[in-house]
Amino acid sequence: MSRRVVITGLGVCAPNGVGLTDFTNALLEGKSGLRHQPNLEKLGFGCQVAGEPLVKDNLIDNYFTPLERRGLNATGIVYGVIAGVDAWKDAGLEKNTTNEPSWDRGIIFGTGILGVDKFREAIHLIDEGNVRRLGSTSVVQTMASGISAYLGGLLGCGNQVTTNSAACTTGAEGIIMAYDRISQGKAEIMLTGSCSDSGPYVWGGFDAMRILPRSYNDNPTKASRPMSATAAGFIPGSGAGALVLESLESAQKRGAHIYAEVLGGEINSGGQLGEGSMTAPNSIAVQRCIRNAVTNAGIDASDIDVINGHLTATTKDGLEIENWSKALGRNHDDFPYINSFKGSVGHCLAAAGSIESVATILQFKEQVVFKNVNCDDIHPEILKLISDTCIPRETNNHAPKVIAKASFGFGDVNACVIFKSFTKE
Amino acid sequence: MLKEEKYQKLKDIIKIYLPEDVAVTDIEQDSHFMNNLNINSANLVDIVLDVEDAFDIRLENDDMDKMQTVNDAMAIIDAKLAEK
Repeated sequence: MSRRVVITGLGVCAPNGVGLTDFTNALLEGKSGLRHQPNLEKLGFGCQVAGEPLVKDNLIDNYFTPLERRGLNATGIVYGVIAGVDAWKDAGLEKNTTNEPSWDRGIIFGTGILGVDKFREAIHLIDEGNVRRLGSTSVVQTMASGISAYLGGLLGCGNQVTTNSAACTTGAEGIIMAYDRISQGKAEIMLTGSCSDSGPYVWGGFDAMRILPRSYNDNPTKASRPMSATAAGFIPGSGAGALVLESLESAQKRGAHIYAEVLGGEINSGGQLGEGSMTAPNSIAVQRCIRNAVTNAGIDASDIDVINGHLTATTKDGLEIENWSKALGRNHDDFPYINSFKGSVGHCLAAAGSIESVATILQFKEQVVFKNVNCDDIHPEILKLISDTCIPRETNNHAPKVIAKASFGFGDVNACVIFKSFTKE
Repeated sequence: MLKEEKYQKLKDIIKIYLPEDVAVTDIEQDSHFMNNLNINSANLVDIVLDVEDAFDIRLENDDMDKMQTVNDAMAIIDAKLAEK
C-alpha cells in the first residue's frame, strides 16, 4: 500500500519570525533573527551571537493554561507547542473535544535535548539535598518526548505519539517518518516537526568545540555566512517548525488547503567510516541518500529545480555542494537554485530541519525562491562547481516545481526529502 | 493569622490546580482534593510545595499522606505554624 501524502498545515517559531506571516516576510526580505546575546557575553562565550525566537509573554497565554505556565522552564516545549498547535489550526483541524482519542491522527515531534533550564533547576535542588522540592513537572519538561507528550495531550491524538532524535537531521527525519506512516496506511494525519531549546547550556558545547565564529559579536546579522568565502562557522539557533502531513484522500475529503506534496525521501548514515566521523559526513553516504531520495520519489534528478541545503556556514559547505552536484549529476548552469536559510535563522540544531522545511514549503505558496544572505562573496570552491546564478542573493520570482531538502547531523546521519508543488494528477 | 485569612490563602493556592469542570466556589472546608475537586495526584505534590512557600513551613512525607481534604491541610498548617 502506498498512498499520496500532502502537506496541509504549517507552523513556526523561528528566530526571525514567530508565526507564518512574520516568518514569510522575514524570508522574503532576508531579515535576520541573529542577535548579540548579553548572557553569552557575561558567561565569556567566544561566540556571543545566537538565534532565539522572540516570544511575547501574552502570546504564551494563548497556548498554555495558567497552571501549565507555572514552573514552565523549557523553551523547547514553548516553541514546539506554538509551532505544533499553529500547524494544526493552519490545517483547519480542531482540538479533540470528544472522549475518544483520534485514532488515525498521530505526532512525530523531535528534539535533541529538552528542558535544559528545567533540568538545571532540578540539578541544583537535588545537589542541595532538596529533591522533594522538584515539583510534579520536572520529568515531563525534561524527558525528550515531553514535546510530543504535551502536543499529544493538547490535540487528543490516538495514533503514534513519539519523539525522534537524530541531531541536526531530526526535523527532516521526522517528515520522512510521518510520510512513511501515512503512505503505508497506518495513519491519516501526522503532525511532525522538531524543536530545540535556547540558551547557554545548549550552545556551550559547540562554543567549546571552537566551531562557532568569534569575530562577529559586534556585527551579529553578518555572522552566519553559508556558501561564503568568509564563512567562519555556524551560529547556533533555536525554535521549532511543524508540518501537518495528511493522506491525499483525507485532505480532499476535508477540503483542506494543500501546500505541497511529499513525494518521499531517504534516511541513512555513513557509519562514521571513510571520511565520516562523529562530526564529519561520509560523502559516499550523503550522495547515496540524495540519489535514493530521488529514486524513492519516482522522479529524475533533472526534475529538481530548487534545493534547500543543510549548508551551515562552515568550511564543509563546498563539500556539500560537491555532493549534491555528484549525486544529481548536475553542475554549473545546469545546477538547480540552491539556498540556505541559516544565514538569517542560524543553525537551529534539532529544529533546523523542520524550520527550514516550513520555509522550503512556503516557497511553493509564495511562488519564489527565498534569497541567501551574507554570501555576496561566494566561496571560490563552490563557483568551480556551480554557476553563481544558481545562488539567488535576492528573492527570485521562480515558482518552484520540485524542491529537494536535506539535513545532515552529528553521528554521520543524513536525511533528504523531496517536495513537489501540488497537482491533482 | 486569622483562620479566615489562612483559609483564603489556601483557596488561592488550590484554585489554580482546579480542572475546568470545577469552580472556585466548589471548594468547601471538607472537600477532598482528589475525589471532590478532581485534582490529580501529581498536582497535589505542587500544592504541598505552594503551601510550604506561602506559610513558610515544611511538610514531611507523613503530613503529605495525611493531607486529603482542605480541612486536613488547614490542620497541618496550624500545627506547623504553632511549632514555629
